[in-house]
Amino acid sequence: MKENTVKSAFVCLCLITSALTVPVSAQASSQATIQHALPRLVKIFGAGGVKNLYGYSTGFLVSPQGHIATIWSPVLDTDRLSVVLHDGRRFEAEVLGAEPHLDLAIIKLKSEHELKLPYFDYQNKAIAGAGTRILGFSNMFRVATGDEPVSVLHGVIEARTELPRRRGAFELSYTGDVYVVDAITNNPGAAGGAILTYDGKLLGMIGKQVRNAKTNTWVNYSLPIDVLSKSIEQIITGKYESSENQKKPETETPERYRPVDFGLVMVPDVLYRTPAFIDSVLPGSLVAKAGLRPDDLVVFVNDELIKSCKTLKSELGKLESGDQLRLVVRRDNQLISLELQVPPENK
Amino acid sequence: MQRTFFCDRCFTSILMLLLLPAFAQAAVDPAVLAAQKQRVDVIKAVSPSVVAIFGAAGKGGGSGVLVTSDGFALTNFHVASPSGNFMKCGLNDGKLYDAVIVSVDPTGDIALIKLLGRTDFPVARLGNSDTVKVGDWAYAMGNPFLLATDFQPTITYGIVSGVHRYQYPAGTFLEYTDCIQVDSSINPGNSGGPLFNDQGELIGINGRGSFEKRGRVNSGAGYAISINQIKHFWDHLKSGRIVDHAALGATVSTDFDSKIDVTEILEESDAFRKGLRLGDEIVSFAGRPIRSVNQFKNILGIYPAGWTLPLVYRRDEKKTTIYVRLQALHSASELQKQAGQKKIIPEKPSKPGDKKPSPMPHPHAKQAATPPPEKYKHLYISKTGFANYYFNQRQQDRLLQALNDSSNFSDRKGNWSLTGKQIDGDEFTLTLADKGIGFELGNDVYLQSLESGMLLDEPPGTGGLLAAFHHFRLLFSGQTARFTDFYYLGSEHLDGKNELVDVLVAIQTGAISRWYFNKSDLSLKGFDFYLTENSEVCAIRFEQFQTLKGQKFPSEINVQYGDRPVMKLKIEQVKLETLENSKK
Repeated sequence: MKENTVKSAFVCLCLITSALTVPVSAQASSQATIQHALPRLVKIFGAGGVKNLYGYSTGFLVSPQGHIATIWSPVLDTDRLSVVLHDGRRFEAEVLGAEPHLDLAIIKLKSEHELKLPYFDYQNKAIAGAGTRILGFSNMFRVATGDEPVSVLHGVIEARTELPRRRGAFELSYTGDVYVVDAITNNPGAAGGAILTYDGKLLGMIGKQVRNAKTNTWVNYSLPIDVLSKSIEQIITGKYESSENQKKPETETPERYRPVDFGLVMVPDVLYRTPAFIDSVLPGSLVAKAGLRPDDLVVFVNDELIKSCKTLKSELGKLESGDQLRLVVRRDNQLISLELQVPPENK
Repeated sequence: MQRTFFCDRCFTSILMLLLLPAFAQAAVDPAVLAAQKQRVDVIKAVSPSVVAIFGAAGKGGGSGVLVTSDGFALTNFHVASPSGNFMKCGLNDGKLYDAVIVSVDPTGDIALIKLLGRTDFPVARLGNSDTVKVGDWAYAMGNPFLLATDFQPTITYGIVSGVHRYQYPAGTFLEYTDCIQVDSSINPGNSGGPLFNDQGELIGINGRGSFEKRGRVNSGAGYAISINQIKHFWDHLKSGRIVDHAALGATVSTDFDSKIDVTEILEESDAFRKGLRLGDEIVSFAGRPIRSVNQFKNILGIYPAGWTLPLVYRRDEKKTTIYVRLQALHSASELQKQAGQKKIIPEKPSKPGDKKPSPMPHPHAKQAATPPPEKYKHLYISKTGFANYYFNQRQQDRLLQALNDSSNFSDRKGNWSLTGKQIDGDEFTLTLADKGIGFELGNDVYLQSLESGMLLDEPPGTGGLLAAFHHFRLLFSGQTARFTDFYYLGSEHLDGKNELVDVLVAIQTGAISRWYFNKSDLSLKGFDFYLTENSEVCAIRFEQFQTLKGQKFPSEINVQYGDRPVMKLKIEQVKLETLENSKK
């Protein structure tokens, strides 16, 4: 506690001093920064468009060949990913790789010609402290279309800190440092945008929309470029090893059965907590015979609440040959329950 | 744990407060102090022009800004509309003033009101919103959440996040085109208030935000109607009418080459008559290059219905410039319904999938039922199609007075006979009477009866020149009461490329004449005549005047049908009878 106070005092001193040393030509340099940044930001259009799942996000160019850093989100979960540059040029793009742990994805523009695009130098790992004035760039609310540039917000870094996820407050997989800012960057479509210092240094990538589960407040945060930098480079150069793969197996729970053993193909598990929707049902399989259909949401497995694809996987994994499997699914706001016999284990 | 966190913050703030004076004395950069002083000065200079608007019963409210010293103030349509015809307006002198509605623009979400009781109101200086750049500082002022009970405006300071933004209509109205996007906090109650640049110049009227996320409070994306759009509409707004925006009569879309092509066009539209066809590429419009559909909609949206604008299109590698008169975006009944006058048209469902930021809600809005202040109740006259007909009458009076001062033929209500020569030599006699119009030109004779009620294109291919001269006689002899409808429209550029002119509109049995008065000296330049609303124009311009007993009468008249010259008449002899003489 005491140490904490000292730290805050230090932060606050920084705040005062940096506020006092605002350059005279703050506006002049911010104009130059805006002109520098806007051509390096892109508008991304992909999957979504229903209810709170927005089908658009933002990204920024990290190579002249059209590599784009953006947020790892369901927007990318499509074969028809489309990117619009600041000048209105539209490209198809493909996901090159992702670091779900950092909410980072790298996508690449498909082009037959060599592209020579303006880009941000992500390897220049600028770091800034509380009190630094920033500009946020994003296509929040999809205000910009075609050749319109993305929106620009101004603000100040409030802190570079860990989001208090350990208290269960924010639904986030990432646990490292973030920049918390007072610009309202937490908006639909803003994730994947960039924050820059007034003099044009790339500081970070705007994070996704998360809120404090206890207070119901939204937090405006960005993932620091010094944290993302290594993964961006690895994915671009193809030497990427996901931190997820390096993790030791999460559970000691057995994995005797997978969803597919019952004929279930679930939607791609792209979120920290992907709802357990059935993507398709293998013809002639156990669940097909039992009457399950694509788009059913699995709600219970043997009376255990299924919160996500992950919990579904672990619950099914625990089953043993000959068990009764009781499933409850939701279809068009109706709950449907069914029972089937667990088949012999397929070694 | 959470509590500790907050205590921690408290402590920090206290520490900051303690430290601040020491630092302020020691190390404040003069530039910071200068910037601060400039902000304080700007706020001090412009705050007196900011208006807090309340409905007549003191309920509801929003913001506004004074733009003329006799009390004209701008606000949002969605603020004025529920506030009733008379409002109460607070200024930062702490006083409450009566105000009356002047006109509304339901599409552009603008209303003009007039504050009463002074002729020396403080006013905002108008800026040029086309020079606003992303990153410029912007002050939003107004009365968010109706916080100020002493009418001191609340000031929120931010930057311009985007320019030339297009925001889809809410329903079929409230379309924000070419607007300014800011991160200055815009909240309920800010509606109708001014957006100032860092020089304290008025660059927009705040009216909308992207609110879908946080329950109708600031989300970092607010939108202001550009002041340049309002400048185009300024005289229209002073007309007391329910003003309308424009449509081209054609739709455009992006083709696979990213070109903007005409994909639909109405054959009765002026654009079609001027030669625009399906598949033509739109190169520029109103002098601005077109690279996207939004850009086209942006430009179209900032002009009033009836304006004539240059349009450049490309067909087979050939570029052509045409001047297109824009048609009205809505029907009269649609407009009146939106303005709360009539309820005839069923509401059109909004297009699914449109994302439309909501206009800021009206805090505690309630339809006011308070009677108007006795002292001012003569300042409101109700009439279909008008927000307040009183102000239209004032404008009609102003222009008719000017006409009367130079060309008073009100004692000549009888038959008129004009003789002279066409520029190529043919002699003509034009006879104008209540029963009909006769025109002898060389060996030809043309007649337009005014008793059958059927107006004709006589002489053929002129667009109804004879019927047009009937309107001419009625106006010049002071018989405007005989028109079925007669009103002041606003102003526009004559033929889309010449000087700004005030426009009077006269309608009789469906035929329309539009009269053009030079904006600066109020001289009459001529008129356009339409046999029906969608007919090709018979354009009549007065090129020379002669003086008859001290009164000016046209002596050289140029006639065009659309953009094709028809004839030029030199009037040599004029015989204007009084009503008594004609009866004999």
